[in-house]
Amino acid sequence: MGNYHLTHLKELESEAIYVLREVAAQFERPVLLFSGGKDSIVLVHLSRKAFYPARIPFPLLHIDTGHNFPETIEFRDRMARSVDARLLVGSVQESIDTGRAVEEKGINASRNVLQTVTLLDAIEVNKFDAAIGGARRDEEKARAKERFFSHRDEFGQWDPKNQRPELWYMFNGKKRMGEHFRVFPISNWTEMDVWQYILAENIDLPSIYFTHERDVFHRDGVWLAAAPFMEMKPSEKVEYRRVRCRTVGDISCTGLTLSSADTVEDIIQEIAATRVTERGGRYDDKRSEAAMEDRKKEGYF
Amino acid sequence: MELLRFTTAGSVDDGKSTLIGRLLYDSKSIFEDQLDAVKRASVQKGSEHINLALFTDGLRAEREQGITIDVAYRYFATPNRKFIIADTPGHIQYTRNMVTGASTANAAIVLIDARNGVIEQTHRHTFIAALLGIPHIIVCINKMDLMDFREEVYTSIKNDYQAFASQIFPGQDMRFIPISALKGDNVVKPSENMSWYTDGTLLHHLESIPISQDHDLKNQRFPVQYVIRPESDEFHDYRGYAGRVAGGFFHPGDKIVVHPSGIESEIVAVDTLSGPLAEAHPPMSVTLTLKDDVDISRGDMITGVGAIPRQSCDITTMICWMNQKPLQLNGKYALKHTTKDVRCIIQDIDYVLNISTLEKMTENKAIRMNDIARIRLRTTKPLCFDPYTTNRITGSLILIDETTNETVAAGMIV
Ligand SMILES: Nc1nc2c(ncn2[C@@H]2O[C@H](COP(=O)(O)OP(=O)(O)OP(=O)(O)O)[C@@H](O)[C@H]2O)c(=O)[nH]1
Ligand SMILES: [Mg+2]
Repeated sequence: MGNYHLTHLKELESEAIYVLREVAAQFERPVLLFSGGKDSIVLVHLSRKAFYPARIPFPLLHIDTGHNFPETIEFRDRMARSVDARLLVGSVQESIDTGRAVEEKGINASRNVLQTVTLLDAIEVNKFDAAIGGARRDEEKARAKERFFSHRDEFGQWDPKNQRPELWYMFNGKKRMGEHFRVFPISNWTEMDVWQYILAENIDLPSIYFTHERDVFHRDGVWLAAAPFMEMKPSEKVEYRRVRCRTVGDISCTGLTLSSADTVEDIIQEIAATRVTERGGRYDDKRSEAAMEDRKKEGYF
Repeated sequence: MELLRFTTAGSVDDGKSTLIGRLLYDSKSIFEDQLDAVKRASVQKGSEHINLALFTDGLRAEREQGITIDVAYRYFATPNRKFIIADTPGHIQYTRNMVTGASTANAAIVLIDARNGVIEQTHRHTFIAALLGIPHIIVCINKMDLMDFREEVYTSIKNDYQAFASQIFPGQDMRFIPISALKGDNVVKPSENMSWYTDGTLLHHLESIPISQDHDLKNQRFPVQYVIRPESDEFHDYRGYAGRVAGGFFHPGDKIVVHPSGIESEIVAVDTLSGPLAEAHPPMSVTLTLKDDVDISRGDMITGVGAIPRQSCDITTMICWMNQKPLQLNGKYALKHTTKDVRCIIQDIDYVLNISTLEKMTENKAIRMNDIARIRLRTTKPLCFDPYTTNRITGSLILIDETTNETVAAGMIV
């Protein structure tokens, strides 16, 4: 008998693989929500582990706001090819063009919220019955409350006051027609766990996670990337700075960190010393105290 | 680094969420933006100081009502341990969520309000913790600030609790700490108000309790979760059985039996993406390949040839009932056990437990929400199982209402 304790990373990995296999076993049409951000990249990596030597038994779905960092899109396509997975793209622009979603106006306009419409449409059209996401409970206080297998009614809504009990590792994925599940295999991982895992497994990431120079401007304590579609106030001015992304989302709400970290080791050190959460730089959460809970109830990621 | 999962337990308003907030705050695990948000929310509610419970009570409804409704998971680390905290609700209406948080815990912190002492909900949560087989119990006698930090208050509650707990958990690892979650006494910092207590702070205990092996390392248990058939040229004839080891050690060359078919074979390899392993143990997720081409599917169990699990359609189990709709005697339910899905019929109710007196009420055939009972059921297909006290994975089951799809009971096989 050897050493039978797993390190915390190995234990979290094993838990996530178990959850992914449950999805493949319990659902007919699962899909993995792939944003090109680090958490979804880790999910793809874990999916390869879960089903090796077979291919990943579900497609990847990117909900594309059209307002992306080009590096993420290029990375997304390359990754899908390298794991030989089918990549589907749901376009927020298309939802706007067909009148399903209405573009926000004004200074803080973002397409982040509109993603919900595109996502729910993609789930309905493709008849997906489980959507696997990379959300983690340490990210936000409403997410801290969510189950691994999170039920959604026929309108895609989450009912946080009435979640099913989830006992041990027995996941109840039973549902009626038209309902679906959101499944979060890395629920129990922290931001630090994700980075340590990326380091340990030598996982490739888009370049925007590492330091680079870019046109940015400062708004309410957050650095945002200057892009043609970003409306700016007269008082805001573009500066050229060394930055990196701590999280990656739609360009209009992704805060950038002033940083010179250019390796995963540097990033781990930076995160160990930081005093703000990774979503502290996300503009979408600053809208109100319960912004995330409200979006989630509507069917957001 | 090792991982310790712990849960809170105790009655409503005993201070569970406040304690977790205090623990995170004093161990410097709160980020500035989280602190700012909680400060703002506290001021908004007219509170003079920061309301520590808001670090975990994050839902709108929870903040409106000032209670916890569902489990919140929080994470923190000290130099040698990582912790996953499940802060659960004390309100009896949400017992199902307490069971959810407690079902995966290695340790439970049971809170008792020093003003009220041991009450029925303390009994219920203690009993559930015992049923779930949580290996370590830390009893925190809270709100000592409201009882002038008097030692006799602590001692008397400790004695009461021990008298109750020794009936249900003989030999249990149990520690007692007098605290004030609100003021911080004995949470991370030793109390200046209770010099009579010298057995260490809560954080000290969390860092030092031995992380007991929760798993059964003796008997080989491998519930097959998913069959891997690559259908590629390179792995043309590959057939792997994916799953998470639920007991014992598995090695290439081990002789095994597949249940329920009884077919015997031998392990060829323990596969992972990073290469084959010499050994797999709980709770590793791996893929086994076998020497013979046998018919195996999800829900089957691979074990060693020696100590095989029990196999039967007749199951006796303790249950926590978690639904508004009472259990239907002779009713049919869907049942999940490891990776197996079957249906079952409820054949008999042995007893319902009176949570305060621990009396087994054998005449009582009505099981309502939050009741703890022992029942007998019969499954459509045989289950391969162990008693829950031997193996928490192969000894547990859940019942599902087939009309609503809700999980209605947690079962611990006896
Ligand atoms: N004086 C004093 N008050 C406390 C202490 N701990 C908690 N409280 C107060 O007790 C009340 C309830 O605290 P919570 O932490 O919300 O209780 P809880 O156990 O989490 O309640 P539920 O989750 O709803 O079961 C709050 O008003 C707290 O401020 C303490 O040590 N001393
Ligand atoms: Mg609480």
